[in-house]
Amino acid sequence: MLRKLALFLPALALTGTANADWALNMPTGVTELSKETHDLHMLIFWVCVWIGVAVFGVMIYSIFAHRKSKGVKAEQFSHSTLVEIVWTAVPVIILLALAVPTAKTLIRLEDSRDPDITIVATGYQWKWHYQYQDEDMGFYSSLSRSSLEARRKQSGVDPFSVDNYLLEVDNPIVVPVNRKVRLLLTSNDVIHAWWVPELAIKKDAIPGIINETWFRAEQVGTYRGQCAELCGKDHGYMPIVVEVVDEDAYQAWVDTRKEDAPRLAAR
Amino acid sequence: MSTIAAEVNDHAHDDHGPAKGIKRWLFATNHKDIGTMYLIFSFAMFLVGGLMALVIRSELAIPGLQFVHPEFFNSMTTMHALIMVFGAVMPAFVGLANWMVPLMIGAPDMALPRMNNWSFWILPVAFGILLSTLFMPGGAPASGWTMYPPLVLQTGDAFPFLIFSVHLMGISSIMGAMNIIVTIMNMRAPSMSLLRMPIFVWTWLITAYLLIAVMPVLAGAVTMLLTDQFFGTSFFLAAGGGDPVMFQHIFWFFGHPEVYIMILPAFGVVSEIIPTFARKPLFGRDSMIYAASCIAFLSFIVWAHHMFTVGMPLSGQLFFMFATMLIAVPTGVKVFNWAATMWKGAMTFETPMLFALAFVFLFTIGGFSGLMLAITPADIQYHDSYFVVAHFHYVLVPGSVFAIMAGVYYWLPKWTGHMYNESVGKLHFWMSTIFVNLTFFPMHFLGLAGMPRRIPDYSTQFADFNLIASIGAFGFGLSQLIFLWVLLTAKKGVPATDAVWDNPEGLEWTVPSPAPFHTFDTPPETLPLLKQEEAHA
Repeated sequence: MLRKLALFLPALALTGTANADWALNMPTGVTELSKETHDLHMLIFWVCVWIGVAVFGVMIYSIFAHRKSKGVKAEQFSHSTLVEIVWTAVPVIILLALAVPTAKTLIRLEDSRDPDITIVATGYQWKWHYQYQDEDMGFYSSLSRSSLEARRKQSGVDPFSVDNYLLEVDNPIVVPVNRKVRLLLTSNDVIHAWWVPELAIKKDAIPGIINETWFRAEQVGTYRGQCAELCGKDHGYMPIVVEVVDEDAYQAWVDTRKEDAPRLAAR
Repeated sequence: MSTIAAEVNDHAHDDHGPAKGIKRWLFATNHKDIGTMYLIFSFAMFLVGGLMALVIRSELAIPGLQFVHPEFFNSMTTMHALIMVFGAVMPAFVGLANWMVPLMIGAPDMALPRMNNWSFWILPVAFGILLSTLFMPGGAPASGWTMYPPLVLQTGDAFPFLIFSVHLMGISSIMGAMNIIVTIMNMRAPSMSLLRMPIFVWTWLITAYLLIAVMPVLAGAVTMLLTDQFFGTSFFLAAGGGDPVMFQHIFWFFGHPEVYIMILPAFGVVSEIIPTFARKPLFGRDSMIYAASCIAFLSFIVWAHHMFTVGMPLSGQLFFMFATMLIAVPTGVKVFNWAATMWKGAMTFETPMLFALAFVFLFTIGGFSGLMLAITPADIQYHDSYFVVAHFHYVLVPGSVFAIMAGVYYWLPKWTGHMYNESVGKLHFWMSTIFVNLTFFPMHFLGLAGMPRRIPDYSTQFADFNLIASIGAFGFGLSQLIFLWVLLTAKKGVPATDAVWDNPEGLEWTVPSPAPFHTFDTPPETLPLLKQEEAHA
């Protein structure tokens, strides 16, 4: 263990300096709603920070100023109706102010009407199956081979040497940019959850139930996520990769997929 | 001041002294003995559950799978949670209640001493059964402590043992709660009105009602799991027309009040300690009681905020979001009251006060992340990520556990008759506080960056914070050995006075230190003044 740790420590130092952007915060994401979610997150974060500064400030001042060793004599007040009304009412007002924008975003988040594309994602222990409703085409998506080899217990493969360790799949789903994609989620066995942080989507895939959610990615790119609901021993090994491409590339991808379908089915 | 006849009576009842040897503990009916057993048991479970946490943190220290297989990793997270929730935190508070409630209300013992014995002795059996599943074919339960079907139905031979042990824990809790309610309602000193009860007694009264309300719900939920598995029912099986989500509703109808079951007595402990060391009455005593009652009521109507991703109707999500945000109001009142109690006091910082202050600061951080989690669109991102792990560990470890430790340091001299070693106690405090933050604070970042909980291995961008958290966890674990040392040497210190601290409030400080085997054989005629009454006297 120690030897391993010693091996990894320089690697850690390297990654620490190499990506100076340690992920400290929620990603802003690439959809309108992911940005709104991020804004709400930052709003409530700063509200908490300011309340914290006020309350902790009072307490810290008190800890330093009102200590017996300074020879102070304790005052003996024990209530103040006015103060108590104020610190009940003010939080209520703050909460009301927070509730309005939050409810607005939530309502939009739940509105999956009029999609351009519908994909059915089915959770399996431990992979995803995607069915493109409009294209009559579907495929499984599992952990990529390179991660699969490195993930074995004491595999001897340094995870840092594997590209996108545990976040790479053999068949990513491909969607066109700026189109409303509706996801229908269900499961074949236990409960899974489909989570891609950059798309601000997390929804459970539950056997016997079809859940729906949606996203409209505004930026071409590859976005990665993982199953978020404990689903058994390989819960940590069923990643999700979404490739957002332009319209032409999407059509081309669909065409090759369809051509490949018989070959893939035979495999 | 009342004159306490305890010692005089003790002489008159010599034949009622403790039995000798093992019989004293096996057949214990004395609230102090049973309280001691509860506390020792919960500390043992705290260490066992802590070892499991260290297995988890060892595996997660660096990327790649080094020590355990994923299935065993899942068993560790499951068992760690079950043991900490039902074996460490809850019994510790019942132990404190057993010791302190009769002393605080001037009662000779708990109202139902034999049931008290039973409710304790069920626990070692329950956890013996639970721990034995580690050695069963198919391994220990690995579906998370939330036991969601259908996954939990894939448990091996351990499954019926899991259900049985949860039933036993529930029976123990219900009996303990009934005992506490009957004791508080019927055995208070005649002049002690409800609003004059110590805050710790109040919070425990509310907690006990919560326990009686929700433990049977848990029992029902796990019984339905049992019949789904063995008797052909389909409560939660979609293939038979059942609904897996219904289990989550039932579970969290238990689970959310359960969260407050683990924090309300902590509020009580801290509300006893801060006024003592600030030498000042508790600010807003009545509003503290109303706030605790309010929190208890709200705990019944917020359960589905644990389930914002299961696909609830929009109206349901909005309701549970607004209701959850409301909890911030009474919780805020409590924190503001503690701050106001400190304000213009004359504070000293003995170990119990240090733990109580750390509780207020760090529980509040957990409260802030709780408020963030109430914001549903953001919660959808936080849900089942390490952000949630950070949140509930902040309210449970530097929250509940710190309050328990504060309470133990506060009342230990009353129990043993000797002062514990103050400088070692302070060392324990500082080590615990530094390492608890080192462990759990980075988890906020991990969650926001996208690391799901309950995974044995992770992508390399999560490596740095995981290593920090693992170092913190080992530090925190080792710090608890200092606590063990403090407890083992508790009787070696200088003798404690009856009051122990500088003019603390309450009946428990009027009996000798150590508290004799029998106290308050006759109820105290008069009560010591509350601090707020002293101020006006």
